[in-house]
Amino acid sequence: METMTLLGWAFDGLLGTGLVWLAWRALSSPSLFTAVVLFVAFGLVLALAWVRLDAPDVALAEAAIGAGLTGALLLGALARLHGSSAHKSPGADAVRSRTRVVAWPLAAAATLVVICGLAATLIVITPTAVGLGAEVARNLRASGVSNPVTAVLLNFRGYDTLLETAVVLLALIGARSIGTAIDVASASAPGSPVLETFARFLAPLAILVGGYLLWVGAYAPGGAFQAGAVLAALGVVFALSSRKHGAMPAAEFPLRLVLVLGPAAFVVTAAITLVLRGHLLEYPPVHAGVLIMVLEAAATLSIGATLLALFSGPSFFRNNGR
Amino acid sequence: MSAIDILSLLPIALGGFFFLAGTVGLLRFPDVYARLHALTKADNLGLGLIVIGLAVNAESWFVAGKLFLIWALVMVSGASVAHLVARGALQRGIQPWRR
Amino acid sequence: MQSVYLIVALFLLLNLAAGLWRIARGPTTADRMLAAQLLGTTAVGILLLLAQANAMPAARDVALVLALLAAVTAVAFVRRAWPPVESGDVRD
Repeated sequence: METMTLLGWAFDGLLGTGLVWLAWRALSSPSLFTAVVLFVAFGLVLALAWVRLDAPDVALAEAAIGAGLTGALLLGALARLHGSSAHKSPGADAVRSRTRVVAWPLAAAATLVVICGLAATLIVITPTAVGLGAEVARNLRASGVSNPVTAVLLNFRGYDTLLETAVVLLALIGARSIGTAIDVASASAPGSPVLETFARFLAPLAILVGGYLLWVGAYAPGGAFQAGAVLAALGVVFALSSRKHGAMPAAEFPLRLVLVLGPAAFVVTAAITLVLRGHLLEYPPVHAGVLIMVLEAAATLSIGATLLALFSGPSFFRNNGR
Repeated sequence: MSAIDILSLLPIALGGFFFLAGTVGLLRFPDVYARLHALTKADNLGLGLIVIGLAVNAESWFVAGKLFLIWALVMVSGASVAHLVARGALQRGIQPWRR
Repeated sequence: MQSVYLIVALFLLLNLAAGLWRIARGPTTADRMLAAQLLGTTAVGILLLLAQANAMPAARDVALVLALLAAVTAVAFVRRAWPPVESGDVRD
């Protein structure tokens, strides 16, 4: 057993050091592209850290979004900046300014305070600190699922998830109101048969894995967010492999419908439960399992479509930008 | 140590060696194309041997199937990406290293 | 058996750390992207080993998702973010 803990310490120590180093290099890199790649690597190592911390749900989300989709999003944004000299990170020039003399000691002091505060918290809080784990375990049977994370997200704190789906939709609305109608790389890129074949190979697998993650979320790590991210990644690969710059081949109204499906399902459920039971999102325990599955399915589709729309930008709707 | 354990250990150790070879190749090879080559060896052989070693000890056929699916995915993704990057590098005029 | 899996996982993590050097070094954008790809594959290997060593089957699902999505960033790089350059290696 001694070797196990020693190995565990070595592993975790290396992970922690790697995370700090990656964060530092990502922030201090003079080239935006290097910073993006380092950030993707940071997401990868962070997913490993979550697994070591016994949080596979978070690790799933981190792997899907942090290591996959965020990279594509940031690279897409970088591509739109390529024309200008915004290629270089603005921090490179601010280094020489006089405010550096004031900024450095302040930043060092603030970091020191945070580190001391965290260390003190670790020491002061007893390892057997009371959380809500016992309560969740007690009420798990009535929640309709057997994965405590899903029970908390979709049942006990369903209101938070309702707001989260609304926030995701708001983010999309915000991004689209800022975006210009001009898409920089509007010249259509030459087709790549390898990429198109790869996309077609990926499609059934991604849909299968997305559906599996959605279904397994009821009793093991998984859930709507992770499944949605996988579907969005599939959409991104198709958007990237298309010759016309990423326009969705579908009509506009059904796409808009899918985008609001998640928040709408939550709101409708909340309204119904409010009327029938007097409390917001209080599911009848008999139907809770089915309700949660329906809500998660709606959320999966919405999240997938929203993330894809965030990546595609102005060309998401076919007639956009004229 | 039982026979199954040794049957599991050997491929995993070999797989680790191929990962090392891939990393060393990534660090030491002189140009993009050679580094791509090293990368895909880690994808195919490195991960493949580890998957074989783990599948021997897996709890069920379903788990073993999942392991092989992961390997197949990594191989196909790696091969597609390698092709795309190599073609892109050629189009951008990056010359292969000559002695 | 468990500690053997952990040892190999630690070995792979060291490999991953070494690959980070290539990301920092470059010199071309393609090199950095390649290193990130290798990191993804190594992370898949680490996750599969951890799943067996720590009896956490969910880690295999994380590896599955990583295997699926690893290509997405690279494809986005090749099709969008790779600046066209003239001859020779480019410093970015």
